[in-house]
Amino acid sequence: MQFLAFLIDGLLIGFVYGIAAMGLTLIWGVMNVINLAHGPIIALGSFGVYLLFTNIGMNPYLALVVVAVLGLLLGMLMYLIAIQRVIDAPHLSTLLATFAINMIIIGIGTAIFTTTPRTVNFSLGSISAGPITILGTRVVAALASILVTGGLYLFLYRTTLGKYVRAVANNRAAAELMGIPSRRILALSFGIGTMLAAISGSLIATFFPFTILSGGVYELKSFVIGVLGGLGNPLGALAGGLILGLLEGVIPAFVTTSWVPVFEFGLFIIILLVRPTGLFGAKK
Amino acid sequence: MNRWRNPGLWLTLIVVVLVGLFPVFTGKASTREVIFTMLLSVVLASSLNIILGYTGYVSFGHVVFFGLGGYVGLYLMSVGVSLWLAILAGGLSAAVLAFLLGKAILRLRGAYFALATIGVNEAMRAFINNFQPFGGPTGISLHFNVYQDYGGATQALWITYVLLVILTVAAILLSYVVKTSKFGLGLVAIREDEDAAEVMGVVTPNTKTWAYVLSAILPGMVGVLYYFKNGNVEPADAFRLHFSIEFLVMVMLGGFGTVTGPILGAVGYQRLRGFLLTNELFKNIQLSVAGVLLLVIILFIPGGAVGWLRKRFPVTRKVLP
Repeated sequence: MQFLAFLIDGLLIGFVYGIAAMGLTLIWGVMNVINLAHGPIIALGSFGVYLLFTNIGMNPYLALVVVAVLGLLLGMLMYLIAIQRVIDAPHLSTLLATFAINMIIIGIGTAIFTTTPRTVNFSLGSISAGPITILGTRVVAALASILVTGGLYLFLYRTTLGKYVRAVANNRAAAELMGIPSRRILALSFGIGTMLAAISGSLIATFFPFTILSGGVYELKSFVIGVLGGLGNPLGALAGGLILGLLEGVIPAFVTTSWVPVFEFGLFIIILLVRPTGLFGAKK
Repeated sequence: MNRWRNPGLWLTLIVVVLVGLFPVFTGKASTREVIFTMLLSVVLASSLNIILGYTGYVSFGHVVFFGLGGYVGLYLMSVGVSLWLAILAGGLSAAVLAFLLGKAILRLRGAYFALATIGVNEAMRAFINNFQPFGGPTGISLHFNVYQDYGGATQALWITYVLLVILTVAAILLSYVVKTSKFGLGLVAIREDEDAAEVMGVVTPNTKTWAYVLSAILPGMVGVLYYFKNGNVEPADAFRLHFSIEFLVMVMLGGFGTVTGPILGAVGYQRLRGFLLTNELFKNIQLSVAGVLLLVIILFIPGGAVGWLRKRFPVTRKVLP
């Protein structure tokens, strides 16, 4: 029964991982940029909820909406300042440009918030069935993740703007010839990517303690998930997140928890080598 | 041969050796420590430059070779092997790992390779963390007696230092030889256009793998020196992703794909870091200041210091390898 509890916990967290990875993979899909500032943005999302909740007592889920909007704006700003100039340069430039943002956020964040772990003291009770206890916040986080995924899907496939994003991802030059303002679409896509990171950070804040540095762990997980689901495939990311959550729930039943990352990153390298398009064969 | 007549190379080597031997003559331990860190960075940045700058493959996990070398070296020394053999073993183990990894992940291109190296780094750290012969999460600590064989701890530190100076010269020479050889030309061809290079007769899989091996040997060797000096090695320290990225920054700062660039970059970065860490105003946000600087370089001077000089003053192309 303990096993089942781990499994459910793993799955619920997997949804949140999925949202984080979705942001990373969306940015990669649209502009071939690996965003190394993803982790700090996740941490900033957590801190956004923390500050709004502890200072003015705002409900964490309302705070999440505020954080999401701020994340969108921050992402667009980041794109305009740091990415736009090097978008066509070799990978090294965009990798280092986003890493420079990572350093800037971590540096300022550490100076302001120090690295003492923070928690958002908020609870939605828990559901118990026999020996299995599920935290309410985790259920809500999973539901919120499904909602966000649905929203992203509708945006990408049912709106004109979403169509533009897909067109730019498919072939930027051709999209430009069709009169799509590709620079603005790229900025928007980067904004949506960071918005997703901020949302996942907000959800994480409701059930895990965090510091400004803790985003790094989720960033690495996002890489693994992104590759599992196929880089550039936002919906595959959710599935990848569930797989990773499941693994994290199941592996500790057989070996000590410290072996989990060995399997995770081993799997990551194997998938990269054997099926770089991901388990679900993303269209490029 | 003509390539040995380059004044820039000899000037660089003379300066490095003079600076390197300076603390040996003055005998001051504090200057030695400062220069130790710099020379270490020079070795690591120059080595990384072979795969990053010449070949154009972004490796985020180069610290793996440094850490693995340190682990193998300390493990051997803790069972009684001498420092000299341990250093060779450290370099060899890093080379073997690079060869095996190269065979596997160098098939990936661009960002996929970069991601794979991050994965290798994390997998390695997690694995060593669970690997009991290497001490698991607590790592390996050298017994104090080990240093007695080298004339006590103080003497051992000086031996380590002189060895590092020698390895630094080796790293610069290696970097220069690769750059000016036909092999290096093949690497640059791969960087510019891998498919075209293949058509022109460069056996790309082998060439890339050997470049990776060459860029791993010296980090493995100085890893032994660094952790021998430290006395212990732990998984969290030995495989820190951040450390790898610092080398990337050094290479970019100085100018990737040049011999002198990583040297200047390494020295410049360490000087800057030292300045920021001790400055009242920047002490708390030194990481941010370094980040802003990096961003400015990436956006406006993508060639780094040496790249900029070579572009701005064409005459320097002859003397700045």
